[in-house]
Amino acid sequence: MEEVPQGCPGTGSAQAGRGASCQGCPNQRLCASGAGAAPDPAIEEIKEKMKTVKHKILVLSGKGGVGKSTFSAHLAHGLAEDENTQVALLDIDICGPSIPKIMGLEGEQFVEDNLGVMSVGFLLSSPDDAVIWRGPKKNGMIKQFLRDVDWGEVDYLIVDTPPGTSDEHLSAVQYLSAAHIDGAVIITTPQEVSLQDVRKEINFCHKVKLPIIGVVENMSVFICPKCKKESQIFPPTTGGAEVMCQDLKIPLLGKVPLDPHIGKSCDKGQSFLMDAPDSPATLAYRSIIQRIQEFCGHHQPKEEHFLSS
Amino acid sequence: MTALFPPGISWEPAAPLSSYCPEPGNLAGVRHIILVLSGKGGVGKSTISTELALALRHAGKKVGILDVDLCGPSIPRMLRAQGRAVHQCDSGWVPVFVDQEQSISLMSVGFLLESPDEAVVWRGPKKNALIKQFVSDVAWGQLDYLVVDTPPGTSDEHMAAVEALRPYSPLGALVVTTPQAVSVGDVRRELTFCRKTGLQVVGVVENMSGFVCPHCAECTNVFSRGGGEALARLAGVPFLGSVPLDPELTRSLEEGRDFIRDFPKSPAFPALSSIAQKVLSGAPARLS
Repeated sequence: MEEVPQGCPGTGSAQAGRGASCQGCPNQRLCASGAGAAPDPAIEEIKEKMKTVKHKILVLSGKGGVGKSTFSAHLAHGLAEDENTQVALLDIDICGPSIPKIMGLEGEQFVEDNLGVMSVGFLLSSPDDAVIWRGPKKNGMIKQFLRDVDWGEVDYLIVDTPPGTSDEHLSAVQYLSAAHIDGAVIITTPQEVSLQDVRKEINFCHKVKLPIIGVVENMSVFICPKCKKESQIFPPTTGGAEVMCQDLKIPLLGKVPLDPHIGKSCDKGQSFLMDAPDSPATLAYRSIIQRIQEFCGHHQPKEEHFLSS
Repeated sequence: MTALFPPGISWEPAAPLSSYCPEPGNLAGVRHIILVLSGKGGVGKSTISTELALALRHAGKKVGILDVDLCGPSIPRMLRAQGRAVHQCDSGWVPVFVDQEQSISLMSVGFLLESPDEAVVWRGPKKNALIKQFVSDVAWGQLDYLVVDTPPGTSDEHMAAVEALRPYSPLGALVVTTPQAVSVGDVRRELTFCRKTGLQVVGVVENMSGFVCPHCAECTNVFSRGGGEALARLAGVPFLGSVPLDPELTRSLEEGRDFIRDFPKSPAFPALSSIAQKVLSGAPARLS
C-alpha cells in the first residue's frame, strides 16, 4: 500500500485531488478526476464471497477493555460446540490482535474442524512486532481479509473489532454493506465511563444503519471465592447497562459476572465454557449466545426460511 | 459530524484571559511532556493520566492534560468539566481550567462536541489534523508537566501526537498494562512503538493488580498476576509499581471528585503517590 499524504482529505471527499495536501501525491490526478468517488469494486466482490456465509455478527464497543475479544471468542466456542455448525472468527483489531492468544493459536487457523480464525496476529513474526499503520493501510488489510480469505460454507461469521468508532469500523460496515450483516452485539461494563463511550457506539450503529442485536454487560458483579459475597468492582454509578438499555430501547442480552477464571482461561487460550461449566459466568454466556441465535434465526435472509438441523 | 470549531466561540476580554496569552510556540513554556500509552484498551490509561496529574499538582506542579482519545474522550467527566466552553485568545484555544487555582488545565475533543453522546466517526487523516491543532493551537502557557492521554493502539493518533510533540520537549512515555497475558501481549507492541519512534520509556505501571474483598479482606487476582513486572524486566525498562483495583476510585472519578484528597486510605493511594514521585525524580533528560 502506498503511503498517503498527511492531510489527505479522503478519496471520496469533494476536496479529493484538489486540496493543498494533495500536491505531490501520486494519486492526485486520479482523485481530481472523480474516480475516487466511485464505489469500491471490492464491495461487490465481497458480496459474492459472503454468499456462503449465513449470518454475520459484529462485536463492538466504544470502550476498550470491556471484553469484546473475550466475548467474541466465547461466542465462537459456544456456537461451535455443535459440530454441525460452521463458525468463523475474524479479528479486525489490527493494532491489538488478541484473538490468537485467547483462542490458543500460534499460527494454525483452525481451533476445531468447524471453528476457523483469521487475524493480523498470524501475520506477525514476533510477539513484539507492532503494527504501526495509519488508517488507509488498516482499511486495505480489512478489505483483504473480507475479499481474499476463502471463507467457504459458514453458518456464523463473528467479527471482533477494536475499541472506537473509526477506520476499522467504517471499513467493516462499508465493505460488508452489500452483504447482509445480521447485527451488532455491543459490549460494556457497568460504569458510566464505559456507558459514555457505548452510547456513542450505539449512535454510530444508527448512523450507518447497522441493526443492534443487543447489549452485553460484562464484569457485572464479583463473587469472592473465599466468602462468596458479592461486590461491585465497577460500580454502576448511573444504573449500568440496564438503565441505558431502557432509555435507548435496546435489548439487554445479559449480564456476565466477573470470574477470575475467565482471565486465566483466556491467558491459556482455552474455552472458559469448558474450563468452568458450572460458573455463573458460563451460564450467563450460554443464555446470551442462545438469544443471539434466536435473533439470527428470526431475521433470516429471505432465501432461507428453513434452518437445516 | 461535528464541526472543528464549536458554534458560539466567544472572546472574553476579561483580565484572567487577556493575561493568559503566551508567546507564539504554544509549547515553549512546557517543561516536561509525558505520554500515557498502552497497546491495550481498558487498562486505565485515562484513570492513571488523571491521577498522575492530580498527584503532580499536589506536589506543587502546574499541570496540563491533553486528551487525544478522539473516539472515547473520558477525561472531562473525570474532572467534572463536561459541557465547558472553549474560549479563544490571540494564540489559539485556551485550555479549560478544572480548578479554582488554575493549576490543572485540560483540552479534549469532548469540549467540542454538541452533545456527550455524539460519536466522532472520523478516519485517520481528520483525526491527525485535530491532534496537530491541539498541539500547536492550544495556549498552554507555563506548565511543569503536560500529560498526554492516548487511545489504545499504535495508529494515527499516536503517530500524530508523537510527530507534533517531538520538536518541543524531551518526550517520556508511561506505559500502562493490567497483569494478564492478553494485556501484556498488546503492551509489548506498544513498547516496540516507543522504541521505533524514539520515545524514552519512563516506566511500566501495572493497573488493576488484585482486588481486596470489602467483606473478608481476601485479595483475589481478578486479572491474573505478575505480568507488568515481568514485562518491564523483559523490555529493560523501569517498573513503576502496581495499582490495585479500588471501586471507590472508580466511583470517585465518575463523580469527578478529587480522589487524592478524599481517599488517602485507599489501597490505590500509596501506589499512585509512589508512581508520581518516581516521575518527578526521573523526568526524562534531553535525549542525546
